[in-house]
Amino acid sequence: MGGSGRQSLFAPFGVEARYQLSLTGWLVLAAAIILVGVLALSITGIRRKGKPIGHQSGIRMIWWLGAVFPTVTLFALLVVTLPAMRPIVAGVDALKIAVTGEQFWWRVGYAGPQGGVVTANELRVPVGRTVDLRLEAGDVLHSFWVPGLAGKMDMIPGRTNRLVVRATKAGVYRGQCAEFCGLSHALMAFDVVAMEPAAFDAWLAREAAGAAAPVDAAGAAAFARHGCGGCHAVRGTDAAGMIGPDLTHIGARRSLGAGMQPMTIPNLARFVRDAPSVKPGARMPAYPQMTPEEAQAIARYLKGLA
Amino acid sequence: MSLHAQDDPALREAQEDRLRAVWKPPEGLFLRWTDTNNNRVGVWYVLTAFGFMLFAGVLALIMRAQLAAPGNDLVNASTFNQLFTLHGSMMMFLFAVPMFEAVSIILLPQLLGARDLPFPRLSAFGYWSFLIGGVFVAGSIFFDAAPDGGWFMYPPFTTRTDLSGLGADIWMLGLSFIEVSSVAAAVELIVGVLKCRPPGMRLNLMPLYAWYILVVAVMILFAFPPLIAGDLLFEMERLLGWPFFDAAKGGDPILWQHLFWIFGHPEVYIVFLPSIALFAMLIPTFAQRPLVGYPWIVLAAVGTAFLSFGLWVHHMFATGLPKISLAFFSAASEAVAIPTAVQIFAFIATLWAGRVVWSTPLLYAVGSVAIFVIGGLTGVMVAIAPFDWQAHDTYFIVAHLHYVLIGGTLLPLFGGLYYYWPLITGKKLSDRIGRTAFWVLFAGANLTFFPMHLSGLMGMPRRVFTYPAELGIGNLNLASTVGSYLFAFGVLLVCVDLALSPRRAKSPRNPWNAGTLEWLAHPDDEDWGIRSVPLIESRYPIWEQKDFVQKVDEGRFFLPDAEEGRRETIVTSVIDARPVQVLRLGAPSAVPMMTAIALGSVFILTTYHLYTLALVGAAATLALVLYWLWTGTAEIPEKEEKPIGHGMVMPLYISGGSATGWWAMFITMLADATAFSGLVFGYYFFWTVRPEFPPTGPGFDGPGVLWPMVALALTAASWGATVAARETHARGGVGTARILLAFGVVASLAAIPAGLAGPWLSGMAPKLHVYPAIVWTLAIWTVAHSGVGAIAQGYALARSIAGRMTPRYDADVRNVTVFMHFMLFTAVVTYLTIGLFPEAS
Repeated sequence: MGGSGRQSLFAPFGVEARYQLSLTGWLVLAAAIILVGVLALSITGIRRKGKPIGHQSGIRMIWWLGAVFPTVTLFALLVVTLPAMRPIVAGVDALKIAVTGEQFWWRVGYAGPQGGVVTANELRVPVGRTVDLRLEAGDVLHSFWVPGLAGKMDMIPGRTNRLVVRATKAGVYRGQCAEFCGLSHALMAFDVVAMEPAAFDAWLAREAAGAAAPVDAAGAAAFARHGCGGCHAVRGTDAAGMIGPDLTHIGARRSLGAGMQPMTIPNLARFVRDAPSVKPGARMPAYPQMTPEEAQAIARYLKGLA
Repeated sequence: MSLHAQDDPALREAQEDRLRAVWKPPEGLFLRWTDTNNNRVGVWYVLTAFGFMLFAGVLALIMRAQLAAPGNDLVNASTFNQLFTLHGSMMMFLFAVPMFEAVSIILLPQLLGARDLPFPRLSAFGYWSFLIGGVFVAGSIFFDAAPDGGWFMYPPFTTRTDLSGLGADIWMLGLSFIEVSSVAAAVELIVGVLKCRPPGMRLNLMPLYAWYILVVAVMILFAFPPLIAGDLLFEMERLLGWPFFDAAKGGDPILWQHLFWIFGHPEVYIVFLPSIALFAMLIPTFAQRPLVGYPWIVLAAVGTAFLSFGLWVHHMFATGLPKISLAFFSAASEAVAIPTAVQIFAFIATLWAGRVVWSTPLLYAVGSVAIFVIGGLTGVMVAIAPFDWQAHDTYFIVAHLHYVLIGGTLLPLFGGLYYYWPLITGKKLSDRIGRTAFWVLFAGANLTFFPMHLSGLMGMPRRVFTYPAELGIGNLNLASTVGSYLFAFGVLLVCVDLALSPRRAKSPRNPWNAGTLEWLAHPDDEDWGIRSVPLIESRYPIWEQKDFVQKVDEGRFFLPDAEEGRRETIVTSVIDARPVQVLRLGAPSAVPMMTAIALGSVFILTTYHLYTLALVGAAATLALVLYWLWTGTAEIPEKEEKPIGHGMVMPLYISGGSATGWWAMFITMLADATAFSGLVFGYYFFWTVRPEFPPTGPGFDGPGVLWPMVALALTAASWGATVAARETHARGGVGTARILLAFGVVASLAAIPAGLAGPWLSGMAPKLHVYPAIVWTLAIWTVAHSGVGAIAQGYALARSIAGRMTPRYDADVRNVTVFMHFMLFTAVVTYLTIGLFPEAS
């Protein structure tokens, strides 16, 4: 599943994150200088053997170092950083993507003709194009955070928050929920794939299409028999549930269980049969009555939904 | 009593015998716990808070063990969530704030040369409430029922009973109970600072620690009530289904965040300023000169307190607020660094201007400033919204807040421990162990928390029970874990040092050669606090006033005796500390403890939905409070006045604006009004965030205009009757005053059904939508005050009939009037809001 640094401010691939990284560098430098200065003054104050300074000199020290210096420094800092607090303007041509946080996964919808495309746990963005993210929450608070792309933005029931971003470098990255949301808060991540615009358009077109023909008919039958379609949708079949993640192209996704495991048949089989053991507190129940063979068949069917 | 008389050693000895007898602590297996003397209660308080700190620390060690390696499974997610929730909640509510109050309860009377605080029984009540509530909350983890929603308890996760269980109720109700005791202690400390200073100690001569106590207690007074209001709404949603934070029914989870952080940010300074206060005491001692910039420090402390109430939104930078408010709160958050810098440079300037004596407490002070400055600088970083959008809710913040709290609370407290231990026990702690422990703690803190800055920015969110190896933060976490155990070892060393203390020899009196009053304490301390209450003419009287210690010890100042066998202290005026009264203090009593048990039972039984039993507990609490007031307050003395020495004669009973009781009532009601403001804020908050508020349509009728106005008129009549009763009573019209009070009781009682009639007759259904829910809440809050008002008026009436209140001794009716002023304010705001606002909007 890739190397380290996929989910790091130190590996930025977005306009905001690049700015934030350089801001961090300057802030750390300034902080280090101030820290050394304060420590040097304290230690000298204790160690020095000469004549103590007078009361008036002490007052001057408080005035210049305690009051004037921080006031000037902080004012300068504010002036320099204020422009970055302005919202980025998303033009009409911006790509609109709706992301909804659910316990403990992400519903992702791309605006487009015929109601757009719904998928889950994987965000794909075109490099160089402004993306207007509409962030909502389905149940409790979550927070959308892709450190390499931009700062985080909370997802709040009853509100729609906007986060406007622009990727600058293609690659596979990672994001994670940053607002405590329950038992599996730690297990709520997602892949972020920044793609060249042409590749992105091609991917979106594939994603908009219905499900592929079942590669494992027994798996498809078991999927229907166990009522999976009550919660999950597989476009082009009878499965039309909206409670859980859309599975139309699950086999093409990079990871399973909201960024938890590689999308392999054994992992799928385990998840299908006993999701709570992989994800404590998940709303998907365990299916102890399902045989391991059925689970394998369903897993093969799902992996085939590429 | 002249100076001359005190020359007689036999007289002095007789006085000392009488003082000793009066202040003798109660003995016996049970009775010893009924003591109310600040020296005892303060020590229990400190030990209990210290115990909770160790407990919460162990919880953190378990978390660090779990996070030592990626994908570890030492504890499961459920346990881990309980661990971090309890760790944060306990460190804040059961350690940092109570520890400040505990230390202040011990130190304040000594700093002020008072015999005790003005309301010793209130301190005892606060302690027992703290102990009961603390054990209840902390103990829940042994039943796998601890709160697991984070110390911030954000709804809707925590208000949905299908997602979070009993733990959320334990958090809300258990900690609300402790918040009540924190506010009680704040009232005690504010009145203590304002009214119990020694003669001559004008405000500008107060020891700086007393200034900080005043500032911090006032902050508690205004910061905790909004949280209590939030707790109330929170439990109404959990227990009754009133949808304050449920977006589907017009509520908004963001309201909780506002109420929580209006409390939560001042809270940071509430736990930090007391440590600065300790520095302000020990740095002049070790620089052997008065602090440079006393007025600067006072101004900076007040400024910090003021600003700290304007920063809460920086905890909500990522909630999608309007950008203009981000800029404002970024600026305010940066600005708070300025008064902090002023305070730190006042200390550095004092070191430069003095001849420094190196010592263990000073080592802790300087070391903690170093750690604190790192936390302060990262604090400025996160005040900048664009940086905070990355750092928020990551381990960077965990690092930041621990640098602030370890450098700004914990290590200074250890420094204070090494500094003040001789004051409490008469013995010094070991320099060798103390300095070793310091360096272990210093290394441990940095090794634990410095790597977290990096792991946070490398993608580690807070409150995760595990993390994948692919983030590349395994080694950083391992370092943090090793550091945390090193830090724990440092704490253990300090504990060992404390445990060895009883075997060590007594140290001399005032071993550090300090200049402030508290160091009058003698190694073989007596329970009376101070031999005679001194006349103060300078900020460092032991250094600057001639023969000061000797004069105090020989009883040459005020109140050197206890002729009538009563515990007493001197009350002075607020600004310039002119003596105005000799206050008779409550003797040891079991009532405070029993009241705490009764009130605790109300909160605990409600947690388990045992409402009938909880009502019984509430009735018992009311009965105990009334008994306490009846037997222990506004007692008519056996004589008008008594001499206090130097030819001064002071009254034994005063009432109205210069009395301690009046001030306590006034300050308590300020807290009450602040909590009420939190609820009113809720009403108007919903109006601003919901386009349709109040909503229209069937089922959404408001309470109408008529009944709220009737209730308002009845409340106003009750208020008017009480004010008139106070005035006629003072002029000798006892009969008329009784009739007026009786009328007041009737009017207050009538205001209850009138206040509820509006929402009731309109059939407002509080489970349906947030609008009826908040209207009901405001109405119930207000009529509950009418009920308390009726009891208070009836109490004053009964006191008059029983001969315990007369035109000369009229504190009861004056204090009841203070309550009624606030009641009228509550009624005006509530009834105009629910009755008229819907008409206007």
